[in-house]
Amino acid sequence: MNNFSYLRPATLDDALRALGDGERRDVLAGGTTMVDLMKLGVVDPEGLVDITGIASLEDYELGDERLRFGALARMSDVGDDDTLAARCPALTESLWKAASVQLRHAARLGGNILQRTRCPYFRDPLYACNKREPGSGCAALDGGTTDLHAILGGSDSCVAMYPGDWAQALIAFDAVVEIASAAGTRRIDFADLHVLPGDTPQIETALEAGEIVTAIEVTVSAAMKGSHYLKARDRESYAFANASAAVGVALDGDTVSEVRIALGGVASVPWRARAAEDFLMDGPLDETRAREAGRIALSDANPLEGSAYKIELGASVVAGALMTALERAQQEG
Amino acid sequence: MPDDREPQPGVSRRRFLTRSALATGAGAIGLKTHIVYADDIATATDKGGVAADALPRIRLTVNGHQRTLAVEPRTTLVEALRDTLGMTGTKIGCNHGQCGACTVLLDGRSVNSCLVLALSADGGEVTTIEGLADPVGNLHPMQVAFSEHDAFQCGYCTPGQILSAIACIDEGHAGSAAEIREYMSGNLCRCAAYPNIVTAIEAVRDGIVEG
Repeated sequence: MNNFSYLRPATLDDALRALGDGERRDVLAGGTTMVDLMKLGVVDPEGLVDITGIASLEDYELGDERLRFGALARMSDVGDDDTLAARCPALTESLWKAASVQLRHAARLGGNILQRTRCPYFRDPLYACNKREPGSGCAALDGGTTDLHAILGGSDSCVAMYPGDWAQALIAFDAVVEIASAAGTRRIDFADLHVLPGDTPQIETALEAGEIVTAIEVTVSAAMKGSHYLKARDRESYAFANASAAVGVALDGDTVSEVRIALGGVASVPWRARAAEDFLMDGPLDETRAREAGRIALSDANPLEGSAYKIELGASVVAGALMTALERAQQEG
Repeated sequence: MPDDREPQPGVSRRRFLTRSALATGAGAIGLKTHIVYADDIATATDKGGVAADALPRIRLTVNGHQRTLAVEPRTTLVEALRDTLGMTGTKIGCNHGQCGACTVLLDGRSVNSCLVLALSADGGEVTTIEGLADPVGNLHPMQVAFSEHDAFQCGYCTPGQILSAIACIDEGHAGSAAEIREYMSGNLCRCAAYPNIVTAIEAVRDGIVEG
């Protein structure tokens, strides 16, 4: 049996102090990942700092120029917000297509972006996993099942997939993450929050010990109204992505004046497809061009036997998402 | 000494602070906490099991009744309901938030009670399947509709299905069969009673159930 402490501070300052007092404590928010992984024996924190008592982190604001989401806003509350749905469909759709109602009711936005991989070998301590136990090997690369693994961003140490949905819409629209620690507050690009596995797959984010994500901000842009999140999965609802795309398009006449493409279900981290954006920028957009953009987005893929299908699927999902986004952008124009 | 253990909101219980270095640390940094709990579980176990007086207490309003209960700190809400309070109407299926059998309403929202720590639910209002009938035993309209429309076979997932179904209508997401199916996708039914579950929800939505 292990020591275990549970703290539920009412203020951010108290939470930061609890994390910084030298004990090995993890942050607990909605718990939908943390409690699950504790039961599986994947994580075994000596203590939890439950931050859900910090009411000030629950708010979100949808300003004309900036969207600001407190880290403790619920996925369900934000996903059900009609104003957000009108302003940026991709942000709403990527919340609605994530998990189940019950999980979205409990899960908070800050926890959601930090969701851990669903790699079956990471989740089962019987198997080798460099992410869970550095240096132990990788059961997926060692002949395991690889149909749900990354084809972009993986390494010789780890091909685990980042499973989240909302993160793809955030990276597409250049979100910024606000992070607090005892030393103060810092802001980083959402694109820099998750780090590639490389030789150290146990390091998943740029967060330092003692830091808490406090907010996520997105600057409003023209391509938000012409945006869409398309998710392909094994069943119609409540499943992780086999491939997904968050895209946004704005038009000047028939010419693409802003385009954003991010990929889910295929990469080690939230993934921005810049080369595909560059291909479409300042040109026309039709189905042929959308399909070519999809092909380009997946062109650097490095699949394993089980995940090879994701190249064609991912390209099709990007193309399909772009065509819906185009329709929405045209309605705006 | 039951009086010593009555919870005082916002105040850490001295008993816990004096038993553990971890908790002493928490006190030393002056946290204003709803709950501070820390204990050396191994020590308690050596003494012949986790002593009841070593456990933190939480307050829940369960189906309208105030309950105070002592829980091991890693206890989940569903375990507290079933094992501590003896309310076995809420079922454990997968125990990992994947099947929805454990669905209850916590502060009005449907949640997987297997993924909520009981300590995190402290002060919350919980509605379980046991709380749906009225005081003289008349079933909730959703219970009647499930029965009338044969919306179950083995019945194991049914308590969770019914709580989710009530939330589905309460939240205004029962507009169409497709919307109901999407909203209800977090509740799996191995007997595949899905079509009849949708029919039952539509019947309650349309007010054509004798409750």
